[in-house]
Amino acid sequence: MVRLADLPEWEREHLLGKIPALPKFATRPWVAGGPLSRRRVALITTAGLHRRSDRAFTVDTRNDYRVIPGDVEAADIAMSQFSVNFDRSGFQCDVNVVFPIDRLRELAQASVIGSVADFHYSFMGAGSAVTRYEPKARELAGLLKQDGVDAVLLTPV
Amino acid sequence: MPTVQISLVREHTAALQPPRALWVPFMLGRPLGAPDDPAFQKRVLLAALQLLERAQGPVLEDFPEDAPQSTEVVEDDAAACPVSFTVQRSDATLPETVIDEIGQLQMWHELAVRRRGRTAVGVTGTPLSELVRFLGATIEGRDAARYRVDLSACDALRLACEDLKSFYFEARAAQPGGHASDAIRDWFWQETAAARLLRELQAALENNDDPLVQDFAANYLIPRQARDRDPA
Repeated sequence: MVRLADLPEWEREHLLGKIPALPKFATRPWVAGGPLSRRRVALITTAGLHRRSDRAFTVDTRNDYRVIPGDVEAADIAMSQFSVNFDRSGFQCDVNVVFPIDRLRELAQASVIGSVADFHYSFMGAGSAVTRYEPKARELAGLLKQDGVDAVLLTPV
Repeated sequence: MPTVQISLVREHTAALQPPRALWVPFMLGRPLGAPDDPAFQKRVLLAALQLLERAQGPVLEDFPEDAPQSTEVVEDDAAACPVSFTVQRSDATLPETVIDEIGQLQMWHELAVRRRGRTAVGVTGTPLSELVRFLGATIEGRDAARYRVDLSACDALRLACEDLKSFYFEARAAQPGGHASDAIRDWFWQETAAARLLRELQAALENNDDPLVQDFAANYLIPRQARDRDPA
Protein backbone atom coordinates (compact mmCIF):
# COMPACT_ATOMS: atom_id res chain seq x y z
CA MET A 1 0.00 0.00 0.00
CA VAL A 2 1.25 3.55 -0.65
CA ARG A 3 0.41 5.19 2.57
CA LEU A 4 3.65 7.02 3.06
CA ALA A 5 3.57 6.32 6.77
CA ASP A 6 3.80 2.60 5.96
CA LEU A 7 6.87 2.91 3.75
CA PRO A 8 10.50 2.71 4.87
CA GLU A 9 11.80 6.13 5.81
CA TRP A 10 14.17 6.33 2.83
CA GLU A 11 11.27 5.61 0.42
CA ARG A 12 8.99 8.09 2.18
CA GLU A 13 11.64 10.79 2.05
CA HIS A 14 12.28 10.09 -1.62
CA LEU A 15 8.62 10.52 -2.53
CA LEU A 16 8.09 13.59 -0.35
CA GLY A 17 11.24 15.09 -1.84
CA LYS A 18 9.51 15.34 -5.21
CA ILE A 19 6.84 17.75 -3.97
CA PRO A 20 8.84 21.01 -4.10
CA ALA A 21 9.56 20.43 -7.79
CA LEU A 22 5.92 19.89 -8.72
CA PRO A 23 4.47 22.69 -10.85
CA LYS A 24 2.06 25.22 -9.45
CA PHE A 25 -0.76 25.98 -11.83
CA ALA A 26 -2.21 29.45 -12.08
CA THR A 27 -5.70 28.22 -12.95
CA ARG A 28 -7.99 25.45 -11.81
CA PRO A 29 -9.98 24.55 -14.94
CA TRP A 30 -13.19 22.67 -14.32
CA VAL A 31 -15.13 20.98 -17.09
CA ALA A 32 -18.48 19.48 -16.17
CA GLY A 33 -20.51 17.00 -18.19
CA GLY A 34 -23.60 14.89 -18.32
CA PRO A 35 -24.39 11.73 -16.42
CA LEU A 36 -21.81 8.97 -16.45
CA SER A 37 -24.21 6.72 -18.34
CA ARG A 38 -23.86 8.97 -21.40
CA ARG A 39 -20.08 9.60 -21.21
CA ARG A 40 -17.60 8.36 -23.76
CA VAL A 41 -14.56 7.34 -21.73
CA ALA A 42 -10.90 7.11 -22.69
CA LEU A 43 -8.00 5.77 -20.65
CA ILE A 44 -4.69 7.59 -20.46
CA THR A 45 -1.90 5.94 -18.50
CA THR A 46 1.65 6.91 -17.60
CA ALA A 47 2.71 3.27 -17.38
CA GLY A 48 4.67 3.26 -20.62
CA LEU A 49 2.31 0.87 -22.41
CA HIS A 50 2.06 0.18 -26.13
CA ARG A 51 1.02 -2.50 -28.53
CA ARG A 52 3.63 -5.20 -28.88
CA SER A 53 4.16 -4.23 -32.51
CA ASP A 54 4.63 -0.54 -31.65
CA ARG A 55 7.88 1.17 -30.71
CA ALA A 56 9.03 0.84 -27.13
CA PHE A 57 9.50 4.08 -25.21
CA THR A 58 13.10 5.22 -25.54
CA VAL A 59 15.17 8.10 -24.25
CA ASP A 60 14.30 10.10 -27.37
CA THR A 61 10.56 9.44 -27.07
CA ARG A 62 10.15 9.61 -23.31
CA ASN A 63 7.81 12.62 -23.46
CA ASP A 64 5.73 11.28 -26.31
CA TYR A 65 2.66 9.05 -26.19
CA ARG A 66 1.58 5.82 -27.80
CA VAL A 67 -1.84 5.06 -29.23
CA ILE A 68 -3.69 2.01 -27.94
CA PRO A 69 -6.69 1.11 -30.11
CA GLY A 70 -9.94 0.58 -28.26
CA ASP A 71 -10.30 -2.96 -29.57
CA VAL A 72 -6.87 -4.02 -28.33
CA GLU A 73 -6.51 -7.46 -26.80
CA ALA A 74 -4.86 -7.48 -23.38
CA ALA A 75 -2.25 -9.92 -24.65
CA ASP A 76 -1.14 -7.33 -27.18
CA ILE A 77 -0.18 -4.73 -24.56
CA ALA A 78 3.48 -4.41 -23.60
CA MET A 79 5.26 -2.14 -21.10
CA SER A 80 8.54 -0.27 -21.56
CA GLN A 81 8.33 2.02 -18.54
CA PHE A 82 11.73 3.34 -17.42
CA SER A 83 11.18 3.26 -13.67
CA VAL A 84 12.04 0.06 -11.81
CA ASN A 85 10.61 1.24 -8.50
CA PHE A 86 7.18 -0.29 -8.69
CA ASP A 87 5.68 -3.76 -8.71
CA ARG A 88 5.41 -5.27 -12.17
CA SER A 89 4.15 -8.68 -11.18
CA GLY A 90 0.58 -7.34 -11.11
CA PHE A 91 0.80 -6.14 -14.72
CA GLN A 92 2.49 -9.37 -15.76
CA CYS A 93 -0.44 -11.24 -14.29
CA ASP A 94 -3.29 -9.00 -15.44
CA VAL A 95 -3.14 -5.91 -17.66
CA ASN A 96 -6.29 -4.55 -16.06
CA VAL A 97 -4.57 -3.84 -12.74
CA VAL A 98 -2.74 -1.06 -14.62
CA PHE A 99 -4.88 -0.45 -17.71
CA PRO A 100 -8.51 -1.46 -16.97
CA ILE A 101 -9.62 -1.82 -20.59
CA ASP A 102 -11.68 -4.96 -19.99
CA ARG A 103 -13.35 -3.44 -16.94
CA LEU A 104 -14.22 -0.35 -18.97
CA ARG A 105 -15.76 -2.49 -21.70
CA GLU A 106 -17.83 -4.31 -19.08
CA LEU A 107 -19.13 -1.02 -17.70
CA ALA A 108 -20.14 0.02 -21.21
CA GLN A 109 -21.92 -3.29 -21.82
CA ALA A 110 -23.82 -2.75 -18.59
CA SER A 111 -24.67 0.83 -19.67
CA VAL A 112 -22.95 2.25 -16.60
CA ILE A 113 -20.95 4.41 -18.99
CA GLY A 114 -22.08 5.52 -22.42
CA SER A 115 -19.28 4.07 -24.51
CA VAL A 116 -15.58 3.28 -24.69
CA ALA A 117 -13.40 5.54 -26.81
CA ASP A 118 -11.99 4.21 -30.07
CA PHE A 119 -8.47 5.16 -28.92
CA HIS A 120 -6.62 5.26 -25.62
CA TYR A 121 -3.15 6.55 -24.89
CA SER A 122 -0.06 5.94 -22.84
CA PHE A 123 2.68 8.26 -21.73
CA MET A 124 5.86 7.07 -20.01
CA GLY A 125 5.82 8.92 -16.72
CA ALA A 126 9.37 8.68 -15.43
CA GLY A 127 12.40 10.90 -15.47
CA SER A 128 10.82 14.03 -16.90
CA ALA A 129 9.33 17.08 -15.26
CA VAL A 130 5.53 17.13 -15.44
CA THR A 131 5.53 20.21 -17.65
CA ARG A 132 7.55 18.43 -20.36
CA TYR A 133 4.42 16.53 -21.36
CA GLU A 134 2.34 19.62 -22.05
CA PRO A 135 2.88 19.89 -25.84
CA LYS A 136 1.93 16.27 -26.42
CA ALA A 137 -0.91 16.47 -23.90
CA ARG A 138 -2.41 19.38 -25.83
CA GLU A 139 -2.05 17.45 -29.08
CA LEU A 140 -3.75 14.50 -27.49
CA ALA A 141 -6.64 16.63 -26.22
CA GLY A 142 -7.46 17.42 -29.84
CA LEU A 143 -7.47 13.73 -30.73
CA LEU A 144 -9.77 12.95 -27.83
CA LYS A 145 -12.26 15.55 -29.01
CA GLN A 146 -12.16 14.11 -32.52
CA ASP A 147 -13.03 10.75 -30.94
CA GLY A 148 -16.04 12.29 -29.17
CA VAL A 149 -14.52 11.62 -25.75
CA ASP A 150 -16.03 13.56 -22.86
CA ALA A 151 -14.43 11.75 -19.93
CA VAL A 152 -10.83 10.72 -19.40
CA LEU A 153 -9.52 8.44 -16.67
CA LEU A 154 -5.85 9.08 -15.95
CA THR A 155 -4.03 6.18 -14.33
CA PRO A 156 -0.53 6.12 -12.83
CA VAL A 157 1.66 3.09 -12.19
CA MET B 1 -11.88 17.80 -21.34
CA PRO B 2 -13.33 16.35 -18.14
CA THR B 3 -10.77 14.26 -16.36
CA VAL B 4 -10.49 12.14 -13.26
CA GLN B 5 -7.34 10.45 -12.06
CA ILE B 6 -6.37 7.61 -9.81
CA SER B 7 -3.73 8.71 -7.32
CA LEU B 8 -1.17 6.39 -5.74
CA VAL B 9 0.70 9.02 -3.73
CA ARG B 10 -1.86 11.22 -2.01
CA GLU B 11 0.63 13.90 -1.04
CA HIS B 12 1.56 14.50 -4.67
CA THR B 13 -2.07 14.82 -5.71
CA ALA B 14 -2.85 17.17 -2.84
CA ALA B 15 0.00 19.40 -3.99
CA LEU B 16 -1.02 19.38 -7.67
CA GLN B 17 -4.78 19.78 -7.09
CA PRO B 18 -6.13 18.21 -10.29
CA PRO B 19 -9.88 18.60 -10.93
CA ARG B 20 -10.85 15.13 -9.68
CA ALA B 21 -8.78 12.40 -8.07
CA LEU B 22 -9.37 9.16 -6.24
CA TRP B 23 -6.51 8.23 -3.92
CA VAL B 24 -6.09 4.49 -3.58
CA PRO B 25 -4.11 2.76 -0.81
CA PHE B 26 -2.44 0.31 -3.19
CA MET B 27 1.21 -0.45 -3.90
CA LEU B 28 2.97 1.33 -6.72
CA GLY B 29 2.32 -0.59 -9.92
CA ARG B 30 -1.25 -1.56 -9.03
CA PRO B 31 -3.54 1.46 -9.45
CA LEU B 32 -6.57 -0.81 -9.77
CA GLY B 33 -5.65 -2.76 -6.68
CA ALA B 34 -5.31 -6.45 -7.42
CA PRO B 35 -4.68 -8.58 -10.51
CA ASP B 36 -7.26 -11.17 -11.50
CA ASP B 37 -9.92 -9.58 -9.30
CA PRO B 38 -12.42 -8.05 -11.73
CA ALA B 39 -14.99 -7.26 -9.03
CA PHE B 40 -12.48 -5.29 -6.98
CA GLN B 41 -11.04 -3.52 -10.03
CA LYS B 42 -14.55 -2.55 -11.09
CA ARG B 43 -15.27 -1.02 -7.70
CA VAL B 44 -12.13 1.08 -7.96
CA LEU B 45 -12.90 2.08 -11.54
CA LEU B 46 -16.47 3.02 -10.72
CA ALA B 47 -15.47 5.01 -7.65
CA ALA B 48 -13.11 7.05 -9.83
CA LEU B 49 -15.51 7.54 -12.74
CA GLN B 50 -18.35 8.62 -10.45
CA LEU B 51 -16.30 11.65 -9.44
CA LEU B 52 -16.98 12.97 -12.97
CA GLU B 53 -20.52 13.72 -11.86
CA ARG B 54 -19.44 16.07 -9.07
CA ALA B 55 -20.68 19.62 -9.52
CA GLN B 56 -17.53 21.39 -8.41
CA GLY B 57 -13.97 20.76 -7.43
CA PRO B 58 -11.14 20.14 -6.94
CA VAL B 59 -12.13 16.78 -5.57
CA LEU B 60 -9.76 14.41 -3.78
CA GLU B 61 -11.44 11.37 -2.32
CA ASP B 62 -10.00 8.27 -0.66
CA PHE B 63 -10.95 4.77 -1.78
CA PRO B 64 -12.04 3.04 1.42
CA GLU B 65 -10.79 -0.49 0.82
CA ASP B 66 -7.31 -1.99 0.93
CA ALA B 67 -6.36 -4.30 -1.91
CA PRO B 68 -7.14 -7.93 -1.17
CA GLN B 69 -4.14 -10.08 -0.35
CA SER B 70 -3.13 -11.85 -3.53
CA THR B 71 -2.17 -15.48 -3.63
CA GLU B 72 -0.96 -17.41 -6.60
CA VAL B 73 -3.49 -19.95 -7.81
CA VAL B 74 -2.03 -23.46 -7.86
CA GLU B 75 -3.56 -25.42 -10.67
CA ASP B 76 -3.59 -29.16 -11.14
CA ASP B 77 -1.16 -29.13 -14.00
CA ALA B 78 1.63 -27.46 -11.97
CA ALA B 79 4.61 -29.59 -11.04
CA ALA B 80 4.74 -30.63 -7.41
CA CYS B 81 8.15 -29.35 -6.49
CA PRO B 82 9.37 -25.76 -6.72
CA VAL B 83 12.59 -25.28 -8.62
CA SER B 84 15.77 -24.74 -6.77
CA PHE B 85 18.57 -24.13 -9.16
CA THR B 86 20.86 -27.08 -9.67
CA VAL B 87 24.52 -26.52 -9.05
CA GLN B 88 26.17 -24.92 -12.04
CA ARG B 89 29.54 -26.00 -13.40
CA SER B 90 32.23 -24.41 -11.29
CA ASP B 91 33.96 -23.12 -14.41
CA ALA B 92 30.85 -21.54 -15.91
CA THR B 93 30.92 -17.80 -16.52
CA LEU B 94 28.17 -15.69 -15.02
CA PRO B 95 26.38 -15.26 -18.40
CA GLU B 96 26.57 -19.03 -18.92
CA THR B 97 25.13 -19.54 -15.46
CA VAL B 98 22.27 -17.17 -16.23
CA ILE B 99 21.52 -18.93 -19.51
CA ASP B 100 21.48 -22.22 -17.66
CA GLU B 101 19.18 -20.72 -15.03
CA ILE B 102 16.83 -19.53 -17.79
CA GLY B 103 16.76 -23.05 -19.13
CA GLN B 104 15.72 -24.36 -15.74
CA LEU B 105 12.92 -21.82 -15.52
CA GLN B 106 11.70 -22.26 -19.07
CA MET B 107 9.01 -24.80 -18.20
CA TRP B 108 7.61 -22.52 -15.50
CA HIS B 109 7.56 -19.58 -17.86
CA GLU B 110 5.71 -21.59 -20.48
CA LEU B 111 3.20 -22.54 -17.81
CA ALA B 112 2.77 -18.87 -16.86
CA VAL B 113 2.14 -17.90 -20.47
CA ARG B 114 -0.32 -20.75 -20.93
CA ARG B 115 -2.26 -19.76 -17.83
CA ARG B 116 -2.33 -16.06 -18.50
CA GLY B 117 -2.56 -16.11 -22.27
CA ARG B 118 0.14 -13.45 -22.51
CA THR B 119 3.60 -12.43 -21.40
CA ALA B 120 5.39 -9.17 -20.73
CA VAL B 121 8.57 -10.65 -22.23
CA GLY B 122 9.38 -9.52 -25.74
CA VAL B 123 9.87 -5.75 -25.78
CA THR B 124 13.28 -6.40 -27.35
CA GLY B 125 12.06 -8.98 -29.85
CA THR B 126 15.29 -10.83 -29.13
CA PRO B 127 15.99 -14.26 -27.57
CA LEU B 128 17.01 -14.07 -23.92
CA SER B 129 20.27 -15.93 -24.51
CA GLU B 130 21.35 -13.25 -26.96
CA LEU B 131 20.40 -10.54 -24.47
CA VAL B 132 22.41 -12.23 -21.72
CA ARG B 133 25.47 -12.47 -23.97
CA PHE B 134 25.05 -8.79 -24.84
CA LEU B 135 24.92 -7.82 -21.17
CA GLY B 136 27.88 -10.07 -20.40
CA ALA B 137 29.97 -8.52 -23.13
CA THR B 138 29.06 -5.07 -21.85
CA ILE B 139 30.21 -5.99 -18.35
CA GLU B 140 33.52 -7.20 -19.71
CA GLY B 141 34.01 -3.98 -21.62
CA ARG B 142 34.06 -5.81 -24.90
CA ASP B 143 32.64 -4.03 -27.89
CA ALA B 144 29.17 -5.56 -27.65
CA ALA B 145 27.23 -5.30 -30.90
CA ARG B 146 23.75 -4.16 -30.09
CA TYR B 147 21.09 -6.77 -30.75
CA ARG B 148 19.06 -4.06 -32.51
CA VAL B 149 20.62 -1.24 -34.51
CA ASP B 150 17.59 1.03 -34.00
CA LEU B 151 18.22 1.32 -30.25
CA SER B 152 20.66 3.61 -28.48
CA ALA B 153 23.16 2.02 -26.10
CA CYS B 154 21.10 3.12 -23.11
CA ASP B 155 17.81 1.82 -24.49
CA ALA B 156 19.35 -1.48 -25.62
CA LEU B 157 20.67 -2.10 -22.12
CA ARG B 158 17.46 -1.05 -20.39
CA LEU B 159 15.12 -3.10 -22.54
CA ALA B 160 17.38 -6.15 -22.35
CA CYS B 161 17.23 -5.96 -18.56
CA GLU B 162 13.46 -5.59 -18.70
CA ASP B 163 12.92 -8.71 -20.78
CA LEU B 164 15.26 -10.68 -18.52
CA LYS B 165 13.47 -9.60 -15.35
CA SER B 166 10.01 -10.15 -16.82
CA PHE B 167 10.94 -13.73 -17.70
CA TYR B 168 12.16 -14.49 -14.19
CA PHE B 169 9.22 -12.82 -12.46
CA GLU B 170 6.66 -14.59 -14.62
CA ALA B 171 8.35 -17.96 -14.20
CA ARG B 172 8.54 -17.57 -10.44
CA ALA B 173 4.88 -16.59 -10.21
CA ALA B 174 3.93 -19.85 -11.95
CA GLN B 175 5.64 -21.99 -9.34
CA PRO B 176 3.45 -23.44 -6.60
CA GLY B 177 3.55 -21.83 -3.20
CA GLY B 178 1.74 -18.54 -3.58
CA HIS B 179 4.20 -15.80 -4.39
CA ALA B 180 3.36 -12.29 -3.30
CA SER B 181 4.98 -9.48 -5.25
CA ASP B 182 7.60 -8.71 -2.62
CA ALA B 183 8.51 -12.41 -2.31
CA ILE B 184 9.11 -12.61 -6.06
CA ARG B 185 11.16 -9.43 -5.98
CA ASP B 186 13.28 -10.64 -3.07
CA TRP B 187 13.78 -14.06 -4.65
CA PHE B 188 15.04 -12.49 -7.86
CA TRP B 189 17.39 -9.97 -6.30
CA GLN B 190 18.68 -12.27 -3.54
CA GLU B 191 18.88 -15.69 -5.13
CA THR B 192 19.37 -15.57 -8.88
CA ALA B 193 22.43 -15.41 -11.07
CA ALA B 194 20.51 -12.97 -13.28
CA ALA B 195 20.43 -10.46 -10.43
CA ARG B 196 24.18 -10.90 -9.90
CA LEU B 197 24.61 -10.19 -13.60
CA LEU B 198 22.60 -6.97 -13.30
CA ARG B 199 24.54 -5.84 -10.24
CA GLU B 200 27.80 -6.42 -12.11
CA LEU B 201 26.36 -4.51 -15.03
CA GLN B 202 25.58 -1.57 -12.78
CA ALA B 203 29.12 -1.54 -11.42
CA ALA B 204 30.57 -1.75 -14.92
CA LEU B 205 28.47 1.18 -16.18
CA GLU B 206 29.00 3.56 -13.27
CA ASN B 207 31.65 5.57 -15.07
CA ASN B 208 30.50 5.01 -18.63
CA ASP B 209 31.35 7.73 -21.13
CA ASP B 210 27.72 8.08 -22.14
CA PRO B 211 25.82 10.15 -19.52
CA LEU B 212 22.56 8.46 -20.51
CA VAL B 213 24.09 5.05 -19.82
CA GLN B 214 25.38 6.36 -16.48
CA ASP B 215 21.91 7.66 -15.64
CA PHE B 216 20.38 4.30 -16.56
CA ALA B 217 22.83 2.45 -14.34
CA ALA B 218 22.31 4.82 -11.44
CA ASN B 219 18.54 5.18 -11.57
CA TYR B 220 16.79 2.70 -13.87
CA LEU B 221 18.54 -0.63 -13.35
CA ILE B 222 18.20 -1.77 -9.75
CA PRO B 223 15.14 -0.83 -7.66
CA ARG B 224 15.84 1.20 -4.55
CA GLN B 225 14.50 -1.60 -2.36
CA ALA B 226 16.95 -4.09 -3.85
CA ARG B 227 19.90 -1.74 -3.59
CA ASP B 228 19.59 -1.61 0.15
CA ARG B 229 19.89 -5.34 0.57
CA ASP B 230 22.99 -7.37 -0.20
CA PRO B 231 22.45 -10.73 -1.93
CA ALA B 232 22.36 -13.78 0.31
